[in-house]
Amino acid sequence: MRFKVLDLGLVDFSKALDLQQETFEAIKENTGQSALLICRHQPVITLGSHANRNNILATEEELKQQGIPVIKTNRGGDVTYHGPGQITVYPVFDLNSFKRDIHLFLRNLEQVVIDFLGDFAVKGERISGLTGVWVGESKISSIGICIRHWITYHGVSINIKNNDLDNFKAIRPCGLDLPVTSLEACLGKDVDIGESKKVLIRKFEDRFLN
Amino acid sequence: MTEVHLPELGEGITKATVSYWFFQEGEKVNEKDDLVELTTDKATFNLPSPCKGTVIQIMLREGDTANVGDLLGTIEEGL
Repeated sequence: MRFKVLDLGLVDFSKALDLQQETFEAIKENTGQSALLICRHQPVITLGSHANRNNILATEEELKQQGIPVIKTNRGGDVTYHGPGQITVYPVFDLNSFKRDIHLFLRNLEQVVIDFLGDFAVKGERISGLTGVWVGESKISSIGICIRHWITYHGVSINIKNNDLDNFKAIRPCGLDLPVTSLEACLGKDVDIGESKKVLIRKFEDRFLN
Repeated sequence: MTEVHLPELGEGITKATVSYWFFQEGEKVNEKDDLVELTTDKATFNLPSPCKGTVIQIMLREGDTANVGDLLGTIEEGL
């Protein structure tokens, strides 16, 4: 499968969603190709299609004070948080030219994250029955996707910087009472976002380009 | 009458939960319109309508679990 890479920089969640939608429509109409959108978001809480609002622990007032909007989406999964300390990637991929298999795609996404962490000598692991990547007991990466006409959108976020982790206290991530961590927390030192993006793009290319 | 069944969604996936019908019984639908949303694991999958017509019967409703091959609903083909 071939795909182009678009680095959106720091971008609103809704703007990234619009771009995914445009890319999706272009693939569907055979006027565009698969794309990997890579970005960071301003703080935002998003709800999956079967999210439980009780998994937002902060009150509306608290979220308003912190300037964190809540947005409902049609991806799978429960509640998640995005912030500028994460890298978020949206593979808008045409699985008709890869393999039409939802679980294979999810497992491939997890493997990309595990390979990415491996480059920093951090051991990422799956937890049986759950989607995402953990380091020890702590979640470092969330995955939630939507597939229409075998074209994927929504995607993966990986916690890179330490400064965002406090905002996770506003939610119960994915409805689970599990701690979260970041690449910086695992390494005990600063990690450069730009360098991390390059490594992540390479891991996507290694796994999905053929 | 066209039957809409739960298709193969991938190796090892035997079932999915019906999470949303975009059309109700009696409503007209175009071919390839999103017809029903299914959820499995951390993914949602929108099944498109196989034809243009009218949704006649919804067999499995929101919250129901469907096995691969199960009849989800029926569509009467036509304008």
